[in-house]
Amino acid sequence: MSALKFKLAYRNLFHDRLRFVATIVGIVFSIVLVTVQAGLYVGFRRMVTTMIDHSPADLWIMPAGTKCFEDPSLLDDRQRFRALAIEGVVDAAPLVIGYAQWRLPSGTTTPVFIVGSELQGFGVRPWNLVAGRVEDLSIPDAVAIDQSYSERLGVSATGANAEIRDQRVQVAAMTRGIRSFTTTPYVFAGVDRARAYTGMAPNKASYFLVRVSPDADAGKVRRQLRESLSDVEVLTAAEFRSRSRNFWLFGTGAGAALFAGALLGLIVGTVIVAQTLYSSTKDHLSEFATLRAIGSSSRYIYMVIVWQALLSAIVGFIGAAGISAIVVRMTAESALAVVVTPGMTFALFLLTGAMCVASAIAAIVQVMRIDPTTVLAR
Amino acid sequence: MSEPVLDAVGVGKFLGHGAGRVHALKGVDLSLMGGELVLLMGPSGSGKTTLLSILGCLMTPNDGTVRVRGEPVGNLDPEALAGIRRNHIGFVFQSYHLFPTLSAEDNVRLALDVRGERSQRKAAREVLGLVGLAHKTKAFPNELSGGEQQRVAIARAIVGKPSVILADEPTGALDAENGKAIMTLLADIAKDSSRGVLVVTHDPRIVPFASRIVHIEDGRIVRQETGGEARRVSQS
Repeated sequence: MSALKFKLAYRNLFHDRLRFVATIVGIVFSIVLVTVQAGLYVGFRRMVTTMIDHSPADLWIMPAGTKCFEDPSLLDDRQRFRALAIEGVVDAAPLVIGYAQWRLPSGTTTPVFIVGSELQGFGVRPWNLVAGRVEDLSIPDAVAIDQSYSERLGVSATGANAEIRDQRVQVAAMTRGIRSFTTTPYVFAGVDRARAYTGMAPNKASYFLVRVSPDADAGKVRRQLRESLSDVEVLTAAEFRSRSRNFWLFGTGAGAALFAGALLGLIVGTVIVAQTLYSSTKDHLSEFATLRAIGSSSRYIYMVIVWQALLSAIVGFIGAAGISAIVVRMTAESALAVVVTPGMTFALFLLTGAMCVASAIAAIVQVMRIDPTTVLAR
Repeated sequence: MSEPVLDAVGVGKFLGHGAGRVHALKGVDLSLMGGELVLLMGPSGSGKTTLLSILGCLMTPNDGTVRVRGEPVGNLDPEALAGIRRNHIGFVFQSYHLFPTLSAEDNVRLALDVRGERSQRKAAREVLGLVGLAHKTKAFPNELSGGEQQRVAIARAIVGKPSVILADEPTGALDAENGKAIMTLLADIAKDSSRGVLVVTHDPRIVPFASRIVHIEDGRIVRQETGGEARRVSQS
């Protein structure tokens, strides 16, 4: 790569500053749109499985046909005991979930999503605690909520009281960043209190979280659980995660909408860059004809155009990355955060480059038709 | 004068299609020897530019053969023809065709850059010095006069040390003084026996610089005369 080729490319590009700015604005907004859509997708993917991700279970026992973590249904304790009887099962901890109404001291109510686990065994217990401890949930009526819902739940600090299903609750611990994409606040409690808050019978649970002995063959344990238990499914955490994601992302159409938005962004960006490169090439056609006349290879000319495309991509990506970083920061504490990982950033950079190079095709096709004799006087 | 650097034998060319098809060149024979400055003169539409395009490997003939430094170029594809141009032919155009976004030095370097040559900057400065523009290496075309721009174009044409310099109406856009200066430069270049210069022109003022003048009319070479003969005719 010669420096002069690069110089010619950037001089061509910067020669018409207004057009260059328009191109960059187009690329920036295209990439920001793609980033936001992709970031929402990643954020959504993470959020819909956050409870599964924070469970140490090797296997999840759930009623047959369960679509996602939030799909409330009932299992009987007898199934738990049958599970515990299988060789290799160390524990089968009940997990209770369900919707309930939270009554504020003012008398107004708001829906909440109860997550109840055994506090001594293993289960889904609150994490990212900013006030109180997990052990505090063993205090009668104690619950944990996320601080982002404090105002909505009328809680200013730990120790605050409210009611669920006409039963007193006291906020004993507070977390940070455990938000629900449904916007219904999670309320963590002990498994017995959770049953009481959701109106579930004491011998029922939503899931049984199975821990398999390290010495046991997890696959074999799973097969035995399936054979032994009727009307249930036994999924690994990865399978349950995948099922929940598929339901929320594709079963509801949310994922398709995010993909469509990202695709639209790409198309808009490609068209904008293609249009700019095409018109820039057209403006410099006599220069490209001169290059051809003085003996440059086609490849040399293509490289000048591709460099123009890549330069646009680099400048556009830097602008897009800046704006995207602001969006990520602004949405970090929101119900649905835009999540951008380092891998995504790199992929988006490659995507920007690919988009701009693809956009150069129209310009290259135009240059291929150049007749170098046009540089001669007629 | 020595070997022919450019040799055309029986060159014919049709331009256009259908009813608009024109027989632009009809069996043209022309040689350009090293150390020679040849003027190709003729009225508009006589085939000068078409012949220049074919001799410059910008276009291929329908009939006849063209050899550049003895190498036939008739059956070469466009990329191979571009290779012949960058290695053996330097062009000087009437409208200069400099790159407006590049300095004089970079414009000259381009001719080396397309050949993939290194050490371009030094060579470009040396050649700009030869054409009297050592003090304008950093100037952009819009900061140069027409004569200076044509000097840069000549520098670009000769920096790669090609065997053939083809100049298309090089003085067409210049006043008499600048035209004379440009022709002096081209005549100096033609003193090198390894190089030949072919100038397409309408301009009778440049006849005194020619070693030979070739007249073309209606696609045929109708007359050739030496520079001395032409000067005697014009004086009488």
